[in-house]
Amino acid sequence: MKEKKVNDKKRTFLLITIPMVALFFLFNTLPLIRGFIYSFTNFRGYGEYDWVGLRNYIDLFTDARVGKSYLFTVKYALACTILSNVISLILALGLNSRIKGKSILRGIYFIPNVLGSLVVGYIFGFFFTYILPAVGQKLGIGFLSSSMLAGTGTAWIAIVIVGAWQAIATNTIIFISGLQTVPEDVYEAGAIDGATGWQRFWKLTFPLIIPFFTINMVLSMKNFLMVFDQIMALTKGGPSQSTESISYLIYQNGMSGGQFGFQSANAFVFFVVIVAISVAQMRFMNKKEEQL
Amino acid sequence: MKAKNERTNWPVTILLIAGCITVFFPLYMAIMIAFKKPSEMTNDIAGALSLPSSWSFENFAEAMRVTDFCHSLGNSLLITIITVVLAILLHSVLAYAIGRSMANSKGYKFIYYYIVSGMFVPFAILMMPLVKQTAQMGLDNRAGVIILYLVFYMPINLLLYTGYLKNIPMALEEAAYVDGATTWYMFWHIIFPMMKPMHATVAVLTALAVWNDVMTPLVIMGGTEMNTLPLAQLNFQTQFGTNYNLAFASYLLALLPILIFYVICQKQIINGVATGAVK
Repeated sequence: MKEKKVNDKKRTFLLITIPMVALFFLFNTLPLIRGFIYSFTNFRGYGEYDWVGLRNYIDLFTDARVGKSYLFTVKYALACTILSNVISLILALGLNSRIKGKSILRGIYFIPNVLGSLVVGYIFGFFFTYILPAVGQKLGIGFLSSSMLAGTGTAWIAIVIVGAWQAIATNTIIFISGLQTVPEDVYEAGAIDGATGWQRFWKLTFPLIIPFFTINMVLSMKNFLMVFDQIMALTKGGPSQSTESISYLIYQNGMSGGQFGFQSANAFVFFVVIVAISVAQMRFMNKKEEQL
Repeated sequence: MKAKNERTNWPVTILLIAGCITVFFPLYMAIMIAFKKPSEMTNDIAGALSLPSSWSFENFAEAMRVTDFCHSLGNSLLITIITVVLAILLHSVLAYAIGRSMANSKGYKFIYYYIVSGMFVPFAILMMPLVKQTAQMGLDNRAGVIILYLVFYMPINLLLYTGYLKNIPMALEEAAYVDGATTWYMFWHIIFPMMKPMHATVAVLTALAVWNDVMTPLVIMGGTEMNTLPLAQLNFQTQFGTNYNLAFASYLLALLPILIFYVICQKQIINGVATGAVK
């Protein structure tokens, strides 16, 4: 009798797991493997192709456009991660203090998170193209009087602002849930020891919310490295390819530019980079956590 | 001492209220432009930001016609709802099978890590082979997009559900077994209802991600006439031309459903995003 039940359990679990794992393999692992195989060919996305060995990987390191896109993506991701996390932390501290209308304010600051980033990009695109230059001209601020999106030196900053505007909403909520785990008596003990303001934050609060800081850093870095929608909406990689992110380049040249094989190699390197950065970040943060 | 602590911190409250302008300004701008006629758009800032001379819904009607709004909205709703429902049903039962077997089976443990590590695989990497594969399989349509979402969100949902399962005591299941219930029956009647808080989290996270996603429908359904709401904005960009009033009316229409959803389920959404990230 008991054995029958164990068998029923095992059989049910297998019947559930096998098809789901097969589905996962078919649409996740298999394309990954196929992409890896294509990366050793000169496939254009159609027609015949030949094996080219490691040629694509060697070319990646000498291709100026690929190099530029890595530079832009890393610059963008770092700037966005730092900007959004600093602002989020300040915002979370504010929203977690004794304020009136706490839940309404939290609700308002979360709005950017639910909006689609493509449409948000279009709205900000208008702002950067028409509103901001008009303000700049009126106030006589030189660098603002022409569209930020039109300058090779400034376009990336505009994209950082849009990316951060949305990410701050998510990061703030995560910081708030972190701050809520800090027990009141920690502050009371701190007050007795005479800790105030900055000191209180750095010595008491911050060490306790480091796990949440780790989550935010890892999540935002990963998301920002994969930036696509904002590029699509704001610049399409321009001006003169100065804002081409890696995802955008893979999409643009791999899908319609006849570089299926070459961009597959790019995609695979990108994958390794993302995994490496995420793992390194988690290791680094874990170590810090232990020290404290 | 205590009374002093309870006092409202007014400077911070005022600063935070003032800061709301950063959230509302882009939306305010969008609303003002969407209600104006092109002739009202002068070259200075006032032309874009002042109140419209009359509140007319003309632009919205025109935008709905140009972008085939109802069709895109229908597609977005269909894809999102089916994905969310299937994700809750399939991912929870998968998490149950894996979560309850992991402790004493190396095979299931391997499967768990195999699927969860899929979180690190960005869509940009799978994109090109997937386009070929879905086309070959006749899945370059809404069904294909739904299947892909179910696969992409399997890692995070599996992680969330198995984490939650650890809090549900085994004793409950054992009692049901004594009563002669099958595993299948027992899951749907006892465990599944108990996972309700996690269903909410999974629903919120999956719905937000699917609703706002551009890349998957763009590459999978790209050549077809099928649009989701974000995809329609992208595809009709050239038709808007310099008629920004029409474009902004269309953008607002695209944002409206999710804003309504947010106003109704604000608490669940914020909780969902927080739990989803922290777990």
